[in-house]
Amino acid sequence: MPIGWACKAMALAERITGEPRTSSQPVLLIGLGLLAFAAVVFELALGPVQVPLADIAAWFAGEADAGTSAILGQIRAPRAVLAVLVGCGLALAGATMQGILRNPLADPGLIGVTGGASLGAVLVIVLGEVLFAGVPNVLRPFLLPFAAFIGAALVTGFVFVVARRGGQTSVATLILAGVAVNAIAGAGIGAMVYISDDQQLRNLTFWSMGALGGASWTIVLVTGAIVMLAAVGLSRFDRALDLFQLGERAAYHSGLDVERIKLKAGLLTALAVGAVTAAAGPIGFVGLVAPHMARLIMGAGHRWMMPAAALIGTALILLADLAVRMAVPPAEPPIGLATSLIGGPFFLWLLLKRMKGLSLA
Amino acid sequence: MLEVRNLVLAHGRTTILSDVSFSVASGEVVALCGPNGAGKSTLLSALSGEMPPVSGAISIKGCDITGISAAQLAKCRAVLEQAPTLSATFDVRTLTSLSIPREVSPLEANRITRDTLAELDLTALSARPVHSLSGGQQHRVHLARTLAQLGAGRSLGGGDALMLDEPTASLDITHQITVMQAARRAAERGTAVIVVLHDLNLAAAFADRIVMLHKGGIAAKAPPAEVLTPSLLTGIYETEIAVSLIGDTPIVTPVYLPTEARP
Repeated sequence: MPIGWACKAMALAERITGEPRTSSQPVLLIGLGLLAFAAVVFELALGPVQVPLADIAAWFAGEADAGTSAILGQIRAPRAVLAVLVGCGLALAGATMQGILRNPLADPGLIGVTGGASLGAVLVIVLGEVLFAGVPNVLRPFLLPFAAFIGAALVTGFVFVVARRGGQTSVATLILAGVAVNAIAGAGIGAMVYISDDQQLRNLTFWSMGALGGASWTIVLVTGAIVMLAAVGLSRFDRALDLFQLGERAAYHSGLDVERIKLKAGLLTALAVGAVTAAAGPIGFVGLVAPHMARLIMGAGHRWMMPAAALIGTALILLADLAVRMAVPPAEPPIGLATSLIGGPFFLWLLLKRMKGLSLA
Repeated sequence: MLEVRNLVLAHGRTTILSDVSFSVASGEVVALCGPNGAGKSTLLSALSGEMPPVSGAISIKGCDITGISAAQLAKCRAVLEQAPTLSATFDVRTLTSLSIPREVSPLEANRITRDTLAELDLTALSARPVHSLSGGQQHRVHLARTLAQLGAGRSLGGGDALMLDEPTASLDITHQITVMQAARRAAERGTAVIVVLHDLNLAAAFADRIVMLHKGGIAAKAPPAEVLTPSLLTGIYETEIAVSLIGDTPIVTPVYLPTEARP
């Protein structure tokens, strides 16, 4: 009986929306949601100390013993929430960049946005005590994401200006601009490393490898506030990003205020990448891989593709974190290692596919 | 009603068109013709609101377009670029409905999409990915998207002007006629239609009037029979052109004689 009702409801939805082929998309999205949820549960359960599912449930109900509470509440839960935020933030930023630049190879890491964010963050880690001595304690947790946002926003602006020439950006222009920006950011970071003291150098090294290990509830709250703001903002651009696929002229003809959308989406992207990079260091390729997988599963329309990308990004980060945590315990290799190991070959495959002229996605 | 008064257009310091005035009445199809570089596409991009004029005014239904937002303008007029592109793997139906504003109810958008697909003979292809179609078919789907936007505009109290930039360039004769008939039908529903055309015979067959651009201004604006005369065309295109008549419709043919046969 309920199945019959569901079919009727779906048929009605088809008649109203006129999208017969999309009726499977809500189901697929629920499936991806379950996948991401399962990854969160694994993140909570697995590690040097295995926590049984029953104990996790007990912890959620507030009835866990002190040891479990400490492991979940102080270590694994903030880490899992941060992973969700990092995955969502990077995936949405990647999907937006790819949509606006009409280029499937645009990834915040490859085109230098993450590099800009990193430079901003490193400046604060090394020079923060000197530059921001007068900043009140309440605002201190925001300094790192703010500096990373400024760095990311500057690079995003630069990329959009480069992309403006000729309307559609070639892969070569984008990647070369990314190489240049990453080189400049790398030089800046190198200079900071050179002048840093021992403690700063230690902080820098851990941070720059990309890691979720530093997650605390303060970091999670600050990052969460920023990423949620960016995610809600970016999710409203689904139609705009669809129209961008026609090119900026036709998008304008179709009623889009192209420049304003680029400004808003660029700022929100920079916010997300800045916050994520400040909290977890530069993590590559998730912004590239997640939107691609989402497109393969959901089709090119951003209305379904964006939430799917966020869920896939979440699952990817969680699985990568699990992989690095479980590989050689108790040591934790940087998470960037795992994402690059998946993302690098994926990127090469995309590049080859494009060179053969097979890809339009 | 689309009205252009004393329009001056420039790219940087180069003046492209000066003192251009004409109007397209509701229900009228006007062809914009002229040699390469005469400023046809530039004029169209000004009419679409994309390029601000140096001076002069463009109004749609008495309303100056310079003060209107992109979203508002999209309800008044629909535009088809000369070489439309798509960088996503949308299917025909999705692309056709893409430019319909969100104010239109899903039910209405669905109806407009279905009707437009049928009108352009695309119903059978509606589930196909656009990039799997031939160049000509893809162009027709973009035309369908433009016409669907116009239809949606009409249902919101707009849909006053349709602007097409060489919509027949990549199409075979049958589909050239399909496209021009669609333009005519849009006019019959009360839209002012302006079409950039290189093919003077299509202009003669389908346009109520021709605006002939030449050397930065309007060389002629009149019904086809008055504009398409051997002397005018030979002067503008700087090649010998003959005009014959089938019924009342002028047929334009360039006169090409092998060198040895020239007097």
